[in-house]
Amino acid sequence: MTLTEISSNLLYAAFFAYLIATFVFGGAVKGNKKGTFNSEQRWGKVAITITVIGFLAHLSYFFTRWIVSGHAPLSNMFEFTTAFGMTLVGGFIILYVLYKTPVLGMVVLPVALLIIAYASMFPNEISPLIPALQTNWLAIHVSTVVIAEGILAMSAAAGLIYLLKVVDLSKKSKQRFWLEGILYFLVLVVGFVISSSYFTLTNYENTFQYVNKDDQEATIIYNMPPIFGMNESVPLTEDAMTPLVETPALVDASKLTTVTWSLLVGTVLYVLIRLITRRRISQLIQPLMKNVNLQLMDEINYRAVIIGFPLFTLGALVFAMIWAQITWSRFWGWDPKEVWALVTWLFYAAYLHLRLGKGWQGEKSAWLGVIGFAIIMFNLIVVNLIIAGLHSYA
Amino acid sequence: MENVQCQCGHTNPPGTKLCESCGRSLTEKDQNSKLVDMRYEGTARRSQTYNKSIIDKIWNFFSSVKVGVSIIVILLVAAAIGTILPQQAFVPASTEATIKAYYADTYGSVGRVYHALGFHDLYSSYWFITLVGMLAISLVIASLDRFVPLYKSLKNQRVLRHPSFMDKQRIYGSGAGSEDTLEKAETKLKELKYKVRTDKSGLLAEKGRFSRWGPYVNHIGLIIFLFGVMLRMMPGFYVDESLWLREGETRAIPEVPGYYLENKNFKLETYTGEGEDAKFGEAIDRVGTVVKNYQTDIVLYQEPEASLPGATDNLEVVQEYPIRVNQPLKFDGYAVYQMDYKLNELKAMTFALTNKETEESLGELTIDLINPDELYELETGSTVELLGYYPDFSGFEDGEPQTATPLPNNPGFLVELTTPETPEGETSFITIQNTVEPLGENQYKLTFQNADTRNVSGLTVRKDSTLPILGLGGLIFMIGVAQGMYFNHRRFWIQQKADGTLLLAGHTNKNWFGLKKDLDRVVESAKLPAYTDQQDEIDKKEKAEKEGESSS
Repeated sequence: MTLTEISSNLLYAAFFAYLIATFVFGGAVKGNKKGTFNSEQRWGKVAITITVIGFLAHLSYFFTRWIVSGHAPLSNMFEFTTAFGMTLVGGFIILYVLYKTPVLGMVVLPVALLIIAYASMFPNEISPLIPALQTNWLAIHVSTVVIAEGILAMSAAAGLIYLLKVVDLSKKSKQRFWLEGILYFLVLVVGFVISSSYFTLTNYENTFQYVNKDDQEATIIYNMPPIFGMNESVPLTEDAMTPLVETPALVDASKLTTVTWSLLVGTVLYVLIRLITRRRISQLIQPLMKNVNLQLMDEINYRAVIIGFPLFTLGALVFAMIWAQITWSRFWGWDPKEVWALVTWLFYAAYLHLRLGKGWQGEKSAWLGVIGFAIIMFNLIVVNLIIAGLHSYA
Repeated sequence: MENVQCQCGHTNPPGTKLCESCGRSLTEKDQNSKLVDMRYEGTARRSQTYNKSIIDKIWNFFSSVKVGVSIIVILLVAAAIGTILPQQAFVPASTEATIKAYYADTYGSVGRVYHALGFHDLYSSYWFITLVGMLAISLVIASLDRFVPLYKSLKNQRVLRHPSFMDKQRIYGSGAGSEDTLEKAETKLKELKYKVRTDKSGLLAEKGRFSRWGPYVNHIGLIIFLFGVMLRMMPGFYVDESLWLREGETRAIPEVPGYYLENKNFKLETYTGEGEDAKFGEAIDRVGTVVKNYQTDIVLYQEPEASLPGATDNLEVVQEYPIRVNQPLKFDGYAVYQMDYKLNELKAMTFALTNKETEESLGELTIDLINPDELYELETGSTVELLGYYPDFSGFEDGEPQTATPLPNNPGFLVELTTPETPEGETSFITIQNTVEPLGENQYKLTFQNADTRNVSGLTVRKDSTLPILGLGGLIFMIGVAQGMYFNHRRFWIQQKADGTLLLAGHTNKNWFGLKKDLDRVVESAKLPAYTDQQDEIDKKEKAEKEGESSS
């Protein structure tokens, strides 16, 4: 086995460890019927051990890949996103050591799993660095950002748990709607992973010629059955499905198709869950939250931000500006990724002012934590894939 | 408004909530509340006191947290809107009209609306800059409104406070004490690194007061940063020029008096996928070529001091340097960056003067495309006169050839060919692979033989004297954030009344858990009376009442 193969196998190992740990954490929380915490702590110990093993495998993946490629594996979507999954789990492990909170594992680990699965949908071969990335600032800037985002995500996880406990699901309310919306979105990500994996495993390929927005002819390979066709597309693969809807040149119909498949599969999955259990997903989870210490979750929510915010400032603004000055001759250029780093920073600045200046604690703070994570994910997914700028290396 | 006289005799400025001297509550609301509001020490904040004049109103507007957060949120949303479509700096159009057309053509009606609203240049729009300015004003006013009274109040703290101040603190206890209790408490508190002051039969122990300045320090950092950004508008602080330099060319560096740059060689290297790069083979197969290096080998020259400006004959070599991405050339406060390139620009074209019928050549001539000669004399006595040169020929307008740019992308030549056979000359217009004979059929023509090319390097010249200021602002911001977030201000007041009763109160701006841990150690070592967390008591009571309601 080459070191490259060892590296990717370590990532698989981490993935499966997190998967198993998720269920053990779930069991630990669910088993605690009397609220005595004895069994919860016992099973929690087993689960955290598995998590730590997975995390060590994940770290080993990271450093072996670094050795093979000769640069910090933070240079494209696959590498950044798997590293984000890693800092997420790292953040959780620290919190578990401090506060012994299995319920947090039950929420963080599935999200980390989804993020790693999402990462694996991108090309994962070891790629060379373009000149702009050939500097130590790659490791310094990106690792600080990814650690900061991992910590800020803990604020969202604690917030989500807080909301799952306090939101009254028996009455119709905005809170109930949005809480279910968050969970529905997570199911959509599952839909993306399922549909992408299915069509990848069955080797689906369908090639089209089309006219791009600069009026040039180009070809594109679809890895999913084409729901939307590219502008004036002509099929090149014989006996394959032709697009149902044609789109103008401005729209990337291939990405739109991927999004639509994810929506379809995710929604079917969601509807099935609702039909079979006759409950909202939030209702399914809420009983597991009955022993949650709300004050502690609020504390974690806030603590994560006061550690994550300065780190984020350092990584996503200070280090970013220094590097931009060296590479692009200006420290700031209103590139979409730069703007969204600023948006994230402004958001957490608002969070802190509202919390410290206006007394927004508890539920309000929890919502803000969750929204902050939504902005981070928007920056990771939408800004990278749709609003392409200088940072779109993937 | 009038000053507020406290029962203790101290005169407080109007708007004071807690007496500066003894801590008694001065308003009826505060007197009736169970706990005292300790934010900003109950001092008179200007924004909470005056609301008459227009200046008061402006001051109050900008000192409000609600307004500050609103400005942050509006800025955040505006910044995000600017990323929906690319900003004009990123679109391939340069004039106002072509930019407008680009948005309309590429993005349809959405693009048209986006452009009409001015969102294509959002970050330099007046309203966006105004918002940033308002944020800066808010940072200054909100900080001053809070910092000044807070600083005064903490500086002039009295050790002894009125019992009504003590029992309205969140942490409070009272009970019998012995003679040496205060002394023991003082020793223990000092051991815990508290600064202790005593006055008659009381003490004030304090730790981490500097953490209270954290928010103001980080706001100062932000103001310095914004000031630095503003400063670059001043002439002399900021240079941003681009310079296209052909291989072999030496040119004066724009906006950098006295310095010249020569491009000796430009190279573009790609990953081969072999040898050391073999590990990248798979990726290279998928995406095609990947660039490994852009590099311009340059020589930096300086004019000798005594020489006339513009004289380039006796330049002194300063240094030779390979400029690469991430490795700009730095000298004298300036930096030159590798930003762009053009491969294989036409340098010179060689033609043969040939007889169209016999294809016999009368000799060759080479035209330099940057500095063409006017007349080329061939050995056979023939001449080629360059009547007109159009480096980037773009068509005819009113019969005249036009050039789109001064760059030799598509050179066109209007020539007069004179040979011994045709002494009165023949006119011909030549572009790549095309010859037009505007004045009738010719006997001779210029036949293209070959072309020389060279690479052009696109460099950016920068000077940014604001960088140290920005760096300082960033550093102060980070220090302020750490100072305010990772430390806290803890205080204990202990006093013994004449009858021996001990009163004990504690306050912190955050982390009550840590405060209680400190206090527990003091209570144990000095045998202080037990204390309670009055906030917890209130919470518990409220909860019990709530549950009582729902069960009944």
